[in-house]
Amino acid sequence: MKKPKMILGLALVAITGLVLVAADHIDAPSVTGNAADITDMYTFQGQNTNNLVFAVNTQGLLSPNATAAAMFSENVMIEINIDNTGDNVEDLVIQAIRKGNKMYFFGPYAPAATGTSSTIKTSAASGNVAISTYGSAAVIAESGGMKFFAGPRDDPFFFDLGQFQAILGGTASGFNNPGTDTFAGTNVLSVVVEVPKAMLGTATSLNVWAETKKKQ
Amino acid sequence: MKTNKIKIIAIALMGAVVSASCNDDDASNNSMVSADFSGTFVQQDQMARPAINTVFIASGQPKDEFNATIPSMMGAKYQSAFQSRLLALNAAYTTNALGLTASQFSGVLATDVLNVKTSGKTTFFDGTNVLTGRALADDVIDVELLLIFGGPMGTSNPGLTSDHVDANDKPFSASFPYLVAAW
Repeated sequence: MKKPKMILGLALVAITGLVLVAADHIDAPSVTGNAADITDMYTFQGQNTNNLVFAVNTQGLLSPNATAAAMFSENVMIEINIDNTGDNVEDLVIQAIRKGNKMYFFGPYAPAATGTSSTIKTSAASGNVAISTYGSAAVIAESGGMKFFAGPRDDPFFFDLGQFQAILGGTASGFNNPGTDTFAGTNVLSVVVEVPKAMLGTATSLNVWAETKKKQ
Repeated sequence: MKTNKIKIIAIALMGAVVSASCNDDDASNNSMVSADFSGTFVQQDQMARPAINTVFIASGQPKDEFNATIPSMMGAKYQSAFQSRLLALNAAYTTNALGLTASQFSGVLATDVLNVKTSGKTTFFDGTNVLTGRALADDVIDVELLLIFGGPMGTSNPGLTSDHVDANDKPFSASFPYLVAAW
């Protein structure tokens, strides 16, 4: 009998205190609710298929009323890490950080050091864009073949988180059809950058991840 | 004293010239020069594949610890914990639709990086392409549910392999920035 075993498994998980939150929304105490909290990252081929697009979303579950006041931090760098040698160590980084009303971008460039601590190589500046404001059209900047955006967006993530939590909590045995998108009607603060693939090396496969890094 | 006055005027003029050039600099497009990007920045959060930390790492401090770990260290540190979680979620797990054993699947997941192909379609999983990127419209949760609960044929536990939320609440844009206006 597979099912009773599985339900027992779920109950054990619930007992051990695993609280499921969505993609990476509000996932950990030290970053929840602040500018360092990454909700999701996306990497996909651009409209121009010679380009890759990186999107990093932060500060999840913003209601429309809370979105205008949400801000990127001047002390929190958003860093896209790119491994093009298959060892899960970043060979290139793209960094974004706010100054005033603008988001400044650096790279892709090879960082002087890899790992949990980073600096910004100002000579690797690749562009900047005015941060789009809530309710206004998206401001887009282009420089050196790259495109830049920063500002509030609809959260592209979708998931019936409520029902999944009910399953883990033992009060439901499965999902509903249709389900209910817990993230419907909520916003995030997004950084989107489009990069010519040629700037990312010659590897056929990359490993990518996003980090937030706070100024010490 | 005259000489002192002249010196003061000269210094004032020099100061004016210097501040004028600073203002010019600020007004130009190349305002990078005047902005301060110095300092050391230390990792707070990390993510690649959707929902990995949230599903496989216990609440509280362990989540913070995972977020502060670099991907090259994750496999050795987290594979066994991920395998325990996987088997707690689905005690009947044998293999999944990718043919991965619990050990293999948890080994793949524990290193939280997003695999991206530099040519061709980029998708989390579309029935043909597996882990070649993550597009906005990809139903990543259904993919993960299927791989955790669906068994080798993807047909086990049918009530748990899809949340039946198949798309975003707004259509995406075909052009940059692809993500659409906030609600």
